[in-house]
Amino acid sequence: MTRTERNWLLVAPAAAWFLVMLVLPLSVVLIFSFGERGPAGGYVPAFTFEQYANLPARLTAFKNTMILAPLGTLAAMLIAYPLAYQLAVRTSAKWKTLLLVLVIVPFWTSILIRSYAWIYILGGRGIPQLLEAVGIGDVQLIYTPFAVLIGIIYGYLPLMVFPIYVSLDRLDKRLLEASSDLGARPLATFFKVTVPLSIPGVATGCMLVFILLMGEFLIPALLGGGKVFFVGNALVDLFLQSRNWAYGSAVAFTLIVIMLVTVTLYMRLIARLNTQRDDTSIM
Amino acid sequence: MKDHDPISKKKFMEELRRFQKGSVTRRHFLGVTGLGAATAVLGAAVPGLRPGIAKADSHIGDRVVLATWPNYHDPANFEMFTDNTGAFVQVNVFGSNEEMLAKLQAGGSGWDVFVPTNYTITTYVAEDLIEPLDVSKLSNYDASAFDPRFADAGTVDGTLYAVPKNWGTTGFAVNTSHDGGKPFTTWKDFFDRTMDDYSGRTMVHDYQLTTIGNALKYFGYSFNSVDPAELADAEKLLIDVKPHLFAISSDYQPAMRSGDAWLTMCWTGDGKQLNSDIPEIDYVLGKEGGEIWSDYYAIPKGAPHREAAYALINHMLNPEVNAREVLAHGYPVADSRTNALLPQEMLEDPILYPAQDLLDALEFGAAATLTDPNRAELLARFKSA
Repeated sequence: MTRTERNWLLVAPAAAWFLVMLVLPLSVVLIFSFGERGPAGGYVPAFTFEQYANLPARLTAFKNTMILAPLGTLAAMLIAYPLAYQLAVRTSAKWKTLLLVLVIVPFWTSILIRSYAWIYILGGRGIPQLLEAVGIGDVQLIYTPFAVLIGIIYGYLPLMVFPIYVSLDRLDKRLLEASSDLGARPLATFFKVTVPLSIPGVATGCMLVFILLMGEFLIPALLGGGKVFFVGNALVDLFLQSRNWAYGSAVAFTLIVIMLVTVTLYMRLIARLNTQRDDTSIM
Repeated sequence: MKDHDPISKKKFMEELRRFQKGSVTRRHFLGVTGLGAATAVLGAAVPGLRPGIAKADSHIGDRVVLATWPNYHDPANFEMFTDNTGAFVQVNVFGSNEEMLAKLQAGGSGWDVFVPTNYTITTYVAEDLIEPLDVSKLSNYDASAFDPRFADAGTVDGTLYAVPKNWGTTGFAVNTSHDGGKPFTTWKDFFDRTMDDYSGRTMVHDYQLTTIGNALKYFGYSFNSVDPAELADAEKLLIDVKPHLFAISSDYQPAMRSGDAWLTMCWTGDGKQLNSDIPEIDYVLGKEGGEIWSDYYAIPKGAPHREAAYALINHMLNPEVNAREVLAHGYPVADSRTNALLPQEMLEDPILYPAQDLLDALEFGAAATLTDPNRAELLARFKSA
């Protein structure tokens, strides 16, 4: 066996996985998206662009997703960063494990049950009743975009905390000392040393959360009360209620394309940030 | 009516003490506290908890999978079935007939018994998704005992495909403590006052049949209309109403009970359950009409536990079992043998058995509304508006 043959053999399982689990299903979705809905629902083969022409009817769903997913990612990042920093840099080894476990614990319960808890917290007998008691009467929190945003941040926070924590934990503390020795104030050290070095963790966390949020449907359904519609909800309805597989496939494929484009742009941006940093470090 | 309510903490501790002292059986304890039902649900997920199959009549296998609607059964009846046959009942709950149809069309649902509504059965037959029933295996089914109005749809082209479960109406539940002495009587009230004094407090179903159907009734059109101009009127109404809605959801009991919602589209049994617990919640049928429906038991093609499916349907059709079901969920039955076992006050309940003039205005859903792509798309547009 030559070296090339052996290499191919080693790559084969991964290639097969990629083909069967990604390329094949995606091809099916693409083919379906050019089809038509059967008389009683389902899919009938055809070659038409009608489904794509119908996309504007789901504009609000795309808009909601494209606004709330990045917003939720950003908010989760802003909350997760100080938390991860505290855990990685400021907390003694003794407490670290315990606090990390506390961050994971919510993951042991289904997001469905945790979202139901928010229905009661944001519903009439939860926070609105407290607000009424202090004189801010009649506020509806549940079934609003705000409720969905809270649910998203709450649900995905752990996924954001961990990558940032890991990058900060690996931070070489001698670099911080060096920065301080060279006369930088703590705040300058934080922004010029700590933050740039943690960018890979932040980038990973944001990507993880953003990609999952683009496909989210449970939290909008539960906390949005059917009124804050995501592309994920549109897909559930198209496949389970309208049984319009062709249109559903077109919406799904469009979402995938938007996701690929956004993520590629984002990765380029991060890569450029990193090169810039390398450039300055060379200077 | 209170049978299925969660038990209070005090009551639970009393029952636990009685169980510990040995004055009640384990079965009684599990049944009364609702832990039995919870265990049955768990049992479906954890193989180690499943009851053994080494019991009488075990030839039907160790389980039967039932696809049905929320708040629609008495868990004690399932437990009894498991005791008698050794097969446990795994329950899957659904929100709409469209969702059920989609699952069956996709294949591999794994269901043995499901609960389709009258207007869907011809579609299941046409799509070859449903099994003709072998009446010889249903000794408790007596066709002559059923009111044909609620049993007809089970027979397609002379072949029996489904036997009746319950029937009921679709109206709305309204919390009258906020109505300012002006009672609701019509679908026009429902939508107009949602945009007025009930703004932010109304829920509509996440279900094209009822939400579009009742919007059509606002204009006096047929509940089943697929006429493009009439559907356009309904869509405009729904989109005008949307900013005033509390939610679009078929799970309306929690919000009505907490007082977050004051008005919701509602099915008979939910109306009965809400009214029994909170008397100021009324169940109203719009004077313009609306939906009357009948649900059935049926067996999908290729059911993995066919014998168990027949055994379960037969068990549920036993008039005594069926009467307990009605007491638990509050939906009427079309079976005269079961009615004979029900308390008189239930048979005279105006929520379960509305006045004739209100009933006369109601329509059964039509097969066309299930498969009509425009109605499905209309609801989706309304939700994503």
